[in-house]
Formats: sequence, C-alpha cells, structure tokens
Amino acid sequence: MRYVKPESFEAAATLLRNEDGIARILAGGTDVLVQLKAEMVEPDLMVDLKHLPGMRDIVAEDGGFRVGAAVCGAEMGEDAALKAMWPGVVEGVELIGSSQVQSRATMAGNLCTGSPAGDSVPAMVTAGAVARVQGPDGVRDVPVVNIPTGPGKNSLAKGEFITSIFLPARPDNASDAYLRFIPRTEMDIAVSSAAVSLALDGDGVVTDAHVAVGAVAPTVLLVKEAGDTLVGSKLDDAEIAGLVSAVEAACNPITDKRGTIEFRTKTAGVLAKRAAHIAYSRAGGQA
Amino acid sequence: MKTIPVETTINGDSTEFLCHADESLLDVLRDRLGMTGSKEGCGTGDCGACSVMLNGRVVCSCLVLGVETQGAEIETIEGMANGEELHPLQRVFLEEAALQCGVCTPGILVAAKALLEKNPDPTDTEVRYWLAGNLCRCTGYDKIIKAVQTAAAEMRSA
Repeated sequence: MRYVKPESFEAAATLLRNEDGIARILAGGTDVLVQLKAEMVEPDLMVDLKHLPGMRDIVAEDGGFRVGAAVCGAEMGEDAALKAMWPGVVEGVELIGSSQVQSRATMAGNLCTGSPAGDSVPAMVTAGAVARVQGPDGVRDVPVVNIPTGPGKNSLAKGEFITSIFLPARPDNASDAYLRFIPRTEMDIAVSSAAVSLALDGDGVVTDAHVAVGAVAPTVLLVKEAGDTLVGSKLDDAEIAGLVSAVEAACNPITDKRGTIEFRTKTAGVLAKRAAHIAYSRAGGQA
Repeated sequence: MKTIPVETTINGDSTEFLCHADESLLDVLRDRLGMTGSKEGCGTGDCGACSVMLNGRVVCSCLVLGVETQGAEIETIEGMANGEELHPLQRVFLEEAALQCGVCTPGILVAAKALLEKNPDPTDTEVRYWLAGNLCRCTGYDKIIKAVQTAAAEMRSA
C-alpha cells in the first residue's frame, strides 16, 4: 500500500482517477482502517486529505456553516454556534461511537460509508445539507440525500471525494432533532432512527417541515409526505398521526439480528413523532 | 514494502521511526518503539485498550496509521507518571483496586485523564459515557468509576 498526502484537491482527484488498483480516502479512518485490519479491503493506495485547506475547519458562510470533511465529531460538538443552529445534526454526529471515535470520525465519512444506519445522515438530509464534491473535472455541489445509493455504496465517481458539507442558514423559530433506537444506552448501531427539522411562524404554526428516517431502507429516506403533513399545524394529534402513518408507509426495512421489519417500522414512526416534538419545542413552539 | 520515516513528539520527546504505510500507530508504539503500555484488545477501535492522546484528543491508536502522525504530538501511558511519582489516577486505581487483569487499565487511565482535563467535576453518568469505549471484562466498572471520581476530587482540591 502506498500512502500519499497530495498537495492539492486537484492533485488528489487526478491521483485517485489514475489509480488502477484499489484506492481509499483517509479522513477519520474509523471505517477504512477497520476494514484494513479485517482484510475486507487491501488498498493499493491510501490518500490522506486531512492537511488540505479547509478540511479541518468549521466556517460561517451565507448565514450557515461549512464543515470541512475532516472535522471530527468532537470538534462539531464543541462548536457552540453550530450546535445552536443545527442541534439535531450535531446530536446525530455525537452519537457515533466512543470518545475515541469522536476524536477522529467525520460527518463526511459517515455519509460516504453508505450505512443506512449512519447516525449523522438523517439530520443532514432534513437540514438540506449540500456536499461539496471535488473531482478530476472540477467541483460540484450535491445534496447530501443524493450521496448514498445503498448499503456501502455512494454516488461519487472514481476520483471524486467530499471536501466539505454545507449546512444552510435557517430562519428564526426553527430547529431540528435526531433520535435513534438502540437496545443499549450508547456505542451501538441504530435499529431505526428519525430526524425532523421544523420552522414555525410567530404563532407556533409549522411553516416548513422535513422528516427523514434511517435503518429502515437501503438508504436514509427523506419522507416528503411526513413533512408536508405537519405544515400548517401545531403538531396536534391528527397531524402527528399523519406523520406516523406517512413514515410507516415509507419504511422498507429488512429483518436482521438488530430488529424485525415490524419492529423497525413501528419504532421509526415513534421516533419521528418524538423528534418532531423535540424540534418543535427547540424552535420555540408551545405544545 | 518500503518503510517511511516519520518524525513525531511522544511524551514530550522528539521521536523518529520508520514504519510501513499500513502499520498502525499501536504497532509502531509496541513493536518498533518498545512502548508496550498501550495494549491491543480488539484492533478495531471497539475496546479502547490502545487509547493514546493524539494532538490533544483521545484516540484508539489501532485506528491511526503510523505515517499519519508526522509532526503530531502523542502522549501514551508511559508519559503519565512524573518520574517515580504516579499520576493521581494511577495511584487511586491501585489504592482502590480499580483493576484486576489490567489489560484495559492503560487505556482507561489515558481516557479518564482526557476527561478530567476537559471536565474536572464530571457526574458518574458523564464518566460512564466518556469511558463507554473502554471495555473492561473483569471489574464490572463500578470500581473504575469510583476511582475516577476519587482522583477527580483529589485533583480539584490540589
């Protein structure tokens, strides 16, 4: 295996495109080095990008935040302004792994690794986050929801990689929340999960709502009907029931050792309901 | 496979080593530098026995490549005592018997020290969550949590 620290994003993209063997990108390393150890993959080329400009920075931009692809979970948790604007995104990131993993694991890596259960992904999706993708032919911006394509798979072409993730500005009276179900209290993989992002008017009526669920389909799902159901409401019982049934209808999970199809579907609805109430309260709504 | 020269600072000393591209920091510490205090439990970042500080943050050294540490500041369990004088965490772990076989202990001490530097007065719950990535199959954790709290109280009053 060759280990390379390219001089620029462009050089990295060209290097990755021209590699005939197996190439991997090293950011936090908490997935790729586990795969190396388990001999699931034996890369010919390991490209370390952490030293490149902006990769380790959280920068205010257009009223939102641009988070470098090598920013670790602990750094996001320590950023009070980021946490105040997108508490659901940050709480999702902070649920990934142990203190040790938090020192290394990144939101971009969690996205690219393509797990349907990735804890940072649902709230990024409901936030409308956009990944900045560098490739051999230049830079493009891709909505986060379009990056994962299935378990362990993503839509990035050969030579492409994420350099940052943009979390957009949000209006006043808006917030988000993320919840997951695990049978333990920490250090586990979501059996199901849900994120909700809401904006309210001055009277506490929902004006904009986005709902996403994890671990209940081959990718994290944005459930448009579930969000639409909440708009115009104060999360009254009828709208909450509509949210739950829209989420359950969207679920397409598998049965495995962590949970059955029925259990995942049921808990995804419950988590979406609870996350909606938390987001509503954080946004300043009075239940 | 050719070896790559790496310059780091370990426990305050400039240290140079040669390693292969796919060699973990843990293997470098143990097999190339003779620093066997950091233990290999799982090798996949689950157990925390290999915890070290990398540029001020606690990491599993099995999930860091040796070559990544060019220019980095590393602190290991070997640097925790001040000469013959044990760190309060080390001393209290001995006094309160917060270990049995001891394989997890270096990692727990490194991680607990990192916690107390960030949060000198944690609740029991905060200690448990912070150390959730340090597995111990002997003690049942209660003595570990109590020892961390005793050491924390002592360090606060020092």
